[in-house]
Amino acid sequence: MALSHLATSSSRSAALLRPLSSSIYLRRPISTDTTPITVETSVPFTSHQCEAPSRSVETNPKELLTFFRDMALMRRMEIAADSLYKAKLIRGFCHLYDGQEAVAVGMEAAITKKDCIITAYRDHCTFVGRGGTLLEVFSELMGRQAGCSRGKGGSMHFYKKDSNFYGGHGIVGAQVPLGCGLAFAQKYSKDENVTFALYGDGAANQGQLFEALNISALWDLPAILVCENNHYGMGTAEWRAAKSPAYYKRGDYVPGLKVDGMDALAVKQACKFAKEHALKNGPIILEMDTYRYHGHSMSDPGSTYRTRDEISGVRQERDPIERIRKLVLSHDLATEKELKDIEKEVRKEVDDAIAQAKESPMPEPSELFTNVFVKGLGVESFGADRKEVRATLP
Amino acid sequence: MAAIFQGVGAAAALSSSPSNSFDSKKLLFSPRRSFSVKKGASVVVVRSDGNVNLDLNPRGRRAQQLIANAVATKADSSATSSSSKPGHELLLFEALREGLEEEMERDASVCVMGEDVGHYGGSYKVTKGLATKFGDLRVLDTPIAENSFTGMGIGAAMTGLRPVVEGMNMGFLLLAFNQISNNCGMLHYTSGGQFTIPIVIRGPGGVGRQLGAEHSQRLESYFQSIPGIQMVACSTPYNAKGLMKAAIRSENPVILFEHVLLYNLKERIPDEDYICNLEEAEMVRPGEHVTILTYSRMRYHVMQAAKTLVNKGYDPEVIDIRSLKPFDLYTIGNSVKKTHRVLIVEECMRTGGIGASLTAAINENFLDYLDAPIMCLSSQDVPTPYAGTLEEWTVVQPAQIVTAVEQLCH
Repeated sequence: MALSHLATSSSRSAALLRPLSSSIYLRRPISTDTTPITVETSVPFTSHQCEAPSRSVETNPKELLTFFRDMALMRRMEIAADSLYKAKLIRGFCHLYDGQEAVAVGMEAAITKKDCIITAYRDHCTFVGRGGTLLEVFSELMGRQAGCSRGKGGSMHFYKKDSNFYGGHGIVGAQVPLGCGLAFAQKYSKDENVTFALYGDGAANQGQLFEALNISALWDLPAILVCENNHYGMGTAEWRAAKSPAYYKRGDYVPGLKVDGMDALAVKQACKFAKEHALKNGPIILEMDTYRYHGHSMSDPGSTYRTRDEISGVRQERDPIERIRKLVLSHDLATEKELKDIEKEVRKEVDDAIAQAKESPMPEPSELFTNVFVKGLGVESFGADRKEVRATLP
Repeated sequence: MAAIFQGVGAAAALSSSPSNSFDSKKLLFSPRRSFSVKKGASVVVVRSDGNVNLDLNPRGRRAQQLIANAVATKADSSATSSSSKPGHELLLFEALREGLEEEMERDASVCVMGEDVGHYGGSYKVTKGLATKFGDLRVLDTPIAENSFTGMGIGAAMTGLRPVVEGMNMGFLLLAFNQISNNCGMLHYTSGGQFTIPIVIRGPGGVGRQLGAEHSQRLESYFQSIPGIQMVACSTPYNAKGLMKAAIRSENPVILFEHVLLYNLKERIPDEDYICNLEEAEMVRPGEHVTILTYSRMRYHVMQAAKTLVNKGYDPEVIDIRSLKPFDLYTIGNSVKKTHRVLIVEECMRTGGIGASLTAAINENFLDYLDAPIMCLSSQDVPTPYAGTLEEWTVVQPAQIVTAVEQLCH
């Protein structure tokens, strides 16, 4: 009986073989089935100055289960960060991404690690999507040495150079010109890669955004500006901050696409489309219609400017993880129990990472002065070829 | 006025800034200390143009007393036999262009961005001809959007390109302050060392000729507390080219301050490849009585005052600090230990300028060696007026420098 089931999706067979496998494998293998499945996105795309891509997205069981696992991991991580903040292990600013996971996960599915991503301060999940480990996340949040920025950056300064994740920026909107600069460098080196510069609906009103967009359009840079529209710029709703909340149209001469940001497959389709477009025709704007469950940051309860009904309504109807769960169950790719097991596994992973991060030491005092300049503190005077130290200041 | 600058500039080029690159190659350019004794004969001053023909050239022996040489009329020595001198003569903006061009040839990742740098050739002609030579992708004309193109330069630098961002006037870079401070200066630190930002931000600043308040700003005082950046100010064609090249090769972000009024200085510079240390100060004129620290345009006012001072019997030591961040406390300290008196002459405003920081730094480190409190001559704390006479009184004039030295030394 086990043999006959081997022909079908391997997760099923894994389920049957469970008594045997659970003792051998510490975690359940994700389905490696790559038979294509076509799914329709929740809503069609709306476009500005371009042809919208089709609503039908190609995916496969492996991808869907990966989406589920990754988003569950991100969700769990953010909720754990919430508790850590309340326990005063994370201080300062902590901006949580739960609710918006589909954007990070869908984007990663459409691109490679050679494409650049740059985002603002709500960067924990984007960092994980780019390959960052949970240990690096929690250590950095708690200011420990094992953090991705050695504890010196904090929540808003996650970077991962080897997978082209450029951060992690605290000042609203300042990352967009940086992102266009990344795209410029890609064009300069003739890379055939693109840059995704993410910003929020609040940052969409920054002048430097339009400046950078103008230059990108003039110089035909492969820049994709992604507005993660969660409808609130801290406490200000979008209709109170923007005369025209159709952010995908704000590029005027630059094409735009409006995407349901809670649907990971729609995000994937849009990012794929955008990458092709940017490589041929220059910049494009994507507006991801998404939502954050937490407040703007941990010091914002998130309920003074919106009703609890609204939050729970979105959670019930549009939650990205639930959407994938329903898809997986309806296509019979895994059972209810298996998905729950994945979530349990993820929870354990997060707890383990937190425990490990807590053991990581605080940075050494000498770290205060490292990395200010590339070569020491600038107190050395070098010879003309900058190789030999000639004097050190008293 | 330009003639005086040329003369003073040439004399000021008599510096002993060590440059290893062509140290022992030719006798002409061996240790550029003003008091090297060659061949046991008379004391010879090795000038920047490298005239060391002791016996053949009577002019070489003129430099018996170093003091007299401070303001030697280089003009007449360069009038004759200029063809036999090595090196080539050019203006400061041409020196900058030469440095930039050489670095762009040497390294394909160097590119220039700024307003009107490409087809127009640069508002001060620093980038003239580069666009035709290197193409539009390496010499980029940007729209008038300082905030974003500086940000773009920094983003490009994060990937490994080496952009040279030009602010048409330093004052315009105030619009890019956020990018320069938060992204340029701090990214190396906040990323735990992952990203380096090898960018050069350059442009003319300082008080010009009746340009008005907004176009006469001295941004070195605003940028000086940004951690992670280095700031240098060039003052002669020699150090302009050297600092430009060093800045481009440096892995740190460097802000190169030029001055609107110094672009037409003429000097003879070596043909060989050379760079100047970014962190080092330049000894313009060694002396015994008082250390005068200055940079950029004020160097010429100081040298003009030095003429008068020498006639009055003083022996000022003039140091062009060049490195505004970090200060070269090594050279400055050695000088303070020798003379015990310090006068700072700067173009920044009194409040919070480079002079203020330098005063604090010297006091903190060398208080025991000072015989008198440090004097700092800076510009007045006012917006630069348009009227010529008022503008003249905003900045420090040579007469004030002379009075200050007399006060300090009496």
